[in-house]
Amino acid sequence: MTRMRITGGLGLLAGLGLAAGPALALEGDPARGEGVAGTCVACHQADGMGMDMPQGESWPRLAGLPADYIARQLHDFKAGRRDNATMKPFANMLDDQQIADVAAYYAQLAPWPALPAAYRAADPDEPGEWLAERGDWGRLVPGCNQCHGPAGQGVGADFPPLAGQHAGYLAAQLTAWREGRRHNDPNGLMQGVAERLNDDEIALIADYYATLPERLEATTTEEGGQ
Amino acid sequence: MRIRSITLWLAGGLAAAFGLNAGIAAEGEAPERDYQVPLPEAPAGEVTFEPPAEADIPDNQYGDMVRLGRDLFMDTQRLRGEHVFNDQNCSNCHLDAGRLASSAPMWASVGVYPAYRGKNDKVNTMAERIQGCFTYSMNGVPPEYGSEPLVALQTYFHWLASGAPINESLPGRGYPTLAEPAQAPDRARGAEVYAEQCAICHGDEGQGRRVGERQVFPPLWGDGAYNWGAGMHRVNTAANFIKANMPLGKPGSLTDQQAWDVAAFINGHERPQDPRRRTLDSVDETDEIFHQHMGYYGDEIDGRRLGDHDHYGENPQGAGG
Repeated sequence: MTRMRITGGLGLLAGLGLAAGPALALEGDPARGEGVAGTCVACHQADGMGMDMPQGESWPRLAGLPADYIARQLHDFKAGRRDNATMKPFANMLDDQQIADVAAYYAQLAPWPALPAAYRAADPDEPGEWLAERGDWGRLVPGCNQCHGPAGQGVGADFPPLAGQHAGYLAAQLTAWREGRRHNDPNGLMQGVAERLNDDEIALIADYYATLPERLEATTTEEGGQ
Repeated sequence: MRIRSITLWLAGGLAAAFGLNAGIAAEGEAPERDYQVPLPEAPAGEVTFEPPAEADIPDNQYGDMVRLGRDLFMDTQRLRGEHVFNDQNCSNCHLDAGRLASSAPMWASVGVYPAYRGKNDKVNTMAERIQGCFTYSMNGVPPEYGSEPLVALQTYFHWLASGAPINESLPGRGYPTLAEPAQAPDRARGAEVYAEQCAICHGDEGQGRRVGERQVFPPLWGDGAYNWGAGMHRVNTAANFIKANMPLGKPGSLTDQQAWDVAAFINGHERPQDPRRRTLDSVDETDEIFHQHMGYYGDEIDGRRLGDHDHYGENPQGAGG
């Protein structure tokens, strides 16, 4: 089984055991996808930016996520590889083409925040930053950025961006992996990591990434003003 | 080396003792001149040494040099075009910034150098060992003795080894040695392991993955990878590393056989020429002198002889340079 990668030049990847493979090869049409998205805006908002509900669900930002990543999640909600009572009925309403279309729509709706790629030494006195950049290898926890890229900006469609996503959503996903309610991560890469994190660490990581784009912009502005 | 069987591969220099092919036995008795032969295996036992925490790097000139060495180790690409001519960083093969046991941690290396190494018949200092990494693993040009990059890296390693015994091999040094596999390493089986477990990060063509200017996952073959002289091109070294450290965050998850097979698959690909080839007349001579070990240099694979080319990747010294 093969499937197309969304990132340029990588060609075909021999099966990752993704049952949704052939469906993911469908080309999505953003214009048609806008019509499909009518069922999504109540939670994910008209601008696709999602919303963190205090004490409630956190609806993730979709605008600017890789289309292939969004499509795979929708297939996984349908197939039960991601157990989510809220999303399952909506995903079930969509056929393969509609999934491709709505994924293409949200991917182009707004660019994900541009984040720096240059190396920057992590501050050992900032525990959230340290976990994100360096991890805790004594417990076999890699730094999140080692797979999700510099400043957590994402790497292709397999490693989604973390920086700029809602804290509540990020924390809920880490918890879901840890508790086995989300099990659609390639090769179980996330599950093993999440199982080694405690609640405090999950909160630290989620807050770090949710606020990182703002803080990096603030840093840039300060430096620019000097 | 021509690889006829896993037995020959593994028994290498002992071939004569087993009454095997006379030609191989003669090669086994030839003087060892390989600069990349690892030191004897680290002792078994619980890893007890812990390097100091980064928060405790002193705030003085020594500490500044430690931090510079740490940054060079994590972001070796800042030396690209000067000392580094591929897409690798030190921290790709020495995880957790050179701190992780069984991932060739630097705190365990400091105490075993200087060391006499039969392969080049002299006492090697830590500086020379690091220079070797630049020449081979980074397909580069080694920083000169006493230059800032070399001093910084040595200072970082020295700090990591704070309190470690000198002249003693510690548990956790190097990569743990795997037992001989039940079946000879097989590139075809390895290709399946690679597609299932490795390609998501290292790419279908071993090219790794980049974000902007940063290499997130290192290439494993081709111009961006370690060259034919690097220790990692040996199937046993790669198998040892892979078993203990890959996939990231899932060490020990592959079977020994899978680690051997996928190491054979990865290292059965073309990569920049062995820099020592420049001073020699032929691939045959380079193979005979420097490749009496578990590797595919000089072997015909899929109709092409690996290493039979004058391509040194981006390294400007090139053939005859």
